[in-house]
Amino acid sequence: MPDPLYSLTLQEAANLLRRRELSSLELTQDAFQRIRQTDERIHAFLTVTEELATEQARQADERIARGEGGPLTGIPAAIKDLICTRGVRTTCGSRILENFVPPYDATVVRQLQEAGLVMVGKTNMDEFAMGSSGENSAFGPTHNPWALDRAPGGSSSGSAAAVAAGMAFYALGSDTGGSVRLPASFCGVVGLKPTYGRVSRYGLVAFASSLDQIGPFTRSVRDAALVFQGIAGHDPHDSNSAPLDAPDLTEALVPDLRGTRVGVPREYFVEGMDPAVREAVEAAVNQMGALGAEIDWEVSLPSTPHALAVYYIIAPSEASANLARYDGVKYGYSYIEGDSMWENMEKTRQLGFGDEVKRRIMLGTYALSAGYYDAYYLKAQKVRTLIRREFDAAFQTHDVLVTPVSPTPAFKLGENIDDPLQMYLGDVCTIPVNIAGLPGISVPCGFSEAADGARLPIGVQILAKPFDEAALFRVAHAYEQATDWHTARPPL
Amino acid sequence: MPLSREEVQHIAQLARVGLDEDETARFRDHLSQILDYFERLHQVDTEGVPPTAHTLPLQNVVRADEPQPSHDKEEVLANAPRREEDLFRVEAILEE
Repeated sequence: MPDPLYSLTLQEAANLLRRRELSSLELTQDAFQRIRQTDERIHAFLTVTEELATEQARQADERIARGEGGPLTGIPAAIKDLICTRGVRTTCGSRILENFVPPYDATVVRQLQEAGLVMVGKTNMDEFAMGSSGENSAFGPTHNPWALDRAPGGSSSGSAAAVAAGMAFYALGSDTGGSVRLPASFCGVVGLKPTYGRVSRYGLVAFASSLDQIGPFTRSVRDAALVFQGIAGHDPHDSNSAPLDAPDLTEALVPDLRGTRVGVPREYFVEGMDPAVREAVEAAVNQMGALGAEIDWEVSLPSTPHALAVYYIIAPSEASANLARYDGVKYGYSYIEGDSMWENMEKTRQLGFGDEVKRRIMLGTYALSAGYYDAYYLKAQKVRTLIRREFDAAFQTHDVLVTPVSPTPAFKLGENIDDPLQMYLGDVCTIPVNIAGLPGISVPCGFSEAADGARLPIGVQILAKPFDEAALFRVAHAYEQATDWHTARPPL
Repeated sequence: MPLSREEVQHIAQLARVGLDEDETARFRDHLSQILDYFERLHQVDTEGVPPTAHTLPLQNVVRADEPQPSHDKEEVLANAPRREEDLFRVEAILEE
């Protein structure tokens, strides 16, 4: 019996379209059938756009019939709900934007439309991308397709779950401190955070502007490369967009690692980490060695333990400024029963924002306030320099660094919800990458058997120096092709 | 050092997030715990280290100041909680 369509990779589906063995319309209808079948249990989507997708699929089929289009033409995809889509509501997982309909498309959406996007819907997420579990969505959590009582990881919870469950062939997320890589590892899919500045953020609702970056979720490394090439490139609308074209990755996707120098920084194997994660990541490194890479197990990045504190000062500080715009005047929820402008603004934000968003706005406000700026914000920015310098030095003698994505596999929903600091500690392996502006990818590398019998995916993280996504893709692809972890599908 | 109740309320007021009594108590615990965790940074020697605001080697990105088409006015105003003709309506911001 052939594999069901929903378990194919993007590239396999694209090949069927190109050979006219299948139409985009059929592929799209199949995706919606899968959504109807599974999303009641998973809640990956906040908005489903079947009418739009059907129209886009028809247009894609016409393009393909003319012999036009590329690898993304006619492929059903999901977009995280903080990426603006003209005419389709964009909530950021927040009550305050519950009914916000953007008047423009994000640059990435426009790029994907030109490449033949079929958008099946907008995905669930932690409110304003603040969270590591998906539980901070104002519209209820997403469930992990591998174990429905567990978190899919956050903040791009719905995008990861949608791709893992076969509801979309790829999805876009955003990664400020691990929000693509962490849910990718928890859900057993590939998740890429490109180099800071590689992909335009125009139309990405801002969380922490010196850290935010958009990246894809896919079911294979090659698929991630296809989507990455579709969205990378300079955009004059984002002034922190690097003036570089999307790189050509064809030569990177070869199953040979001879001459590649792989470093393993010991600080990422933290105390309290799940033994199954350590074992799986070490096995992945050994596999890379078997493929010809030179392995250095003795890399040290001594400032790593400070990265978490640096992040939770810088990100909330930037967020407190970025989220000042939600005042109930131009868009979004607006409280109007008060007696004064100030009362209305305060009530709008009190009722419109959830706990984690308020907590981070307050943290940032405090860190930036008179008398504390030097001790917190400026200090964090200086330690940021040290973290970046250590990475720069490590990349003088290594092509990539390999680490875990998370110290543990997916935890249970509700397990950490009342302990914000404990939740933050789970980001320890992903955060330094954003602080230094590096590209990073999470690739499936095994499973952990939980005490309750759940089989939970584990991800390995591969990092490269800024703008060297080619090195990262080379290692990720060669490793993936030598293993079959990425072919596993959740028991839905 | 835990934040006082008054400090939490002051930060909430600066940030205009409006906390009730229950939230004030909870946030006081959470924020104090997180600020304690930040203390570790004070042990890091950053003498002579410049701050990093962002990681790109870009500075002062400029472009020609030329008029360009903007968003559709109706689509923008469609999101207005309160609209009056082509304007956003707000409460008086200057007190008598």
